[in-house]
Amino acid sequence: MKSRKAELLVGVFVVLTIAAGLMLALKVVNQSMSNSSDTYTLYAKFDNIGGLKPRSAVKVGGVTVGRVDSITLDNEYFTPIVAMSISTEFDQFPETSSVSILTSGLLGEQYVGLQPGFSIEGIENMAQGDYIEDTKSALVLEDLIGQFLFSSGDD
Amino acid sequence: MNWLINIGAHTLERIATVGRASHMLFAAIIAKPQPLKLIPLTIKQIYVVGVQSLLIVVVSGLFIGMVMALQGYTILVGYGAEGSLGPMVALSLLRELGPVVTALLFAGRAGSALTAEIGLMKATEQLSSLEMMAVDPLRRVIAPRLWAGIISMPMLALIFSAVGILGGHLVGVDWLGVDAGSYWSIMQSTVDWDKDVLNGIIKSIVFAFVITWIATFKGYDSVPTSEGISKATTETVVFSSLAVLGLDFILTALMFGIE
Repeated sequence: MKSRKAELLVGVFVVLTIAAGLMLALKVVNQSMSNSSDTYTLYAKFDNIGGLKPRSAVKVGGVTVGRVDSITLDNEYFTPIVAMSISTEFDQFPETSSVSILTSGLLGEQYVGLQPGFSIEGIENMAQGDYIEDTKSALVLEDLIGQFLFSSGDD
Repeated sequence: MNWLINIGAHTLERIATVGRASHMLFAAIIAKPQPLKLIPLTIKQIYVVGVQSLLIVVVSGLFIGMVMALQGYTILVGYGAEGSLGPMVALSLLRELGPVVTALLFAGRAGSALTAEIGLMKATEQLSSLEMMAVDPLRRVIAPRLWAGIISMPMLALIFSAVGILGGHLVGVDWLGVDAGSYWSIMQSTVDWDKDVLNGIIKSIVFAFVITWIATFKGYDSVPTSEGISKATTETVVFSSLAVLGLDFILTALMFGIE
């Protein structure tokens, strides 16, 4: 009987561990879309990416549709190129879409905001490897303060 | 001339100890495994080392999570960044405190008990009697304890981290009023399964292996007197705590040091 009790409690122990692991997997860890294999890559050139990092989110109206894959520097024009992997669930963005680098909150992390453009005849949807032409760079707080000081010094 | 002899004897003794420890490990785990006999014995030992350590691990996890939330809050609120409390608590638990504190508790709670038990078996000549009956004590006594330790401790560390995060939620969200949504969602966007959770589990497996190896070997190799057992038990706790802290630095440097 003693052994049965030990086995029962070991069973409880294992169940507790699985519960802890599940809690970590479901509530603590991000369910990133990098694991789901179906993504396609879009590129965008910015003048300044501010504090954007690989794995930052790509959002449309606040909904995460993908992640920043890599950030490289164009060797000819010295502008950063951001590669974004977008889930194939969202493959209806027209070519006229624009992207901008936004900040969540005043000091929060930066993400890429994708603004879907209009879609009329003759405008195709973006596909693997396309470049998004219309980009807005990150707002760098220091530049903004500098501009403000400069313009207020004129008066 | 005498001191030279001393150094030589000391060095030889150390090397011989490493050899005996490796031989014990090899004979207990690798040579001729008998899973049918081993599994029931291991389950019994998981009950002794794992289940019975559950209470101390859960209580410490809860309180460490609560204290971290309290301390973190008082600092973060000065920057208006109390939303980052979630990732702070989760990351420090998963990466460091979960594996390390569980390992230290495990060394004190289960490691010392293993050493004392095996040491007393040796002192009362139970191990010799087993050998007389043609039962290999390494496989009958040591192997199940080694496996039980290696299996239980990572499970305890996982439970520790999960309970700690809930404890942080208890203090941070329910008491101090951090927004529950930002506690979980910023945590989710920061914590990575491979990088944080898996590395924490790898750490705790390494710690578990080292602690149970030291504990079983110290018991098996102890001088079979009451003094010898007391010394072996102390050495188990001291050596395995130091080994855990040293290894933790090396593992952290390897895992998180160079991005």
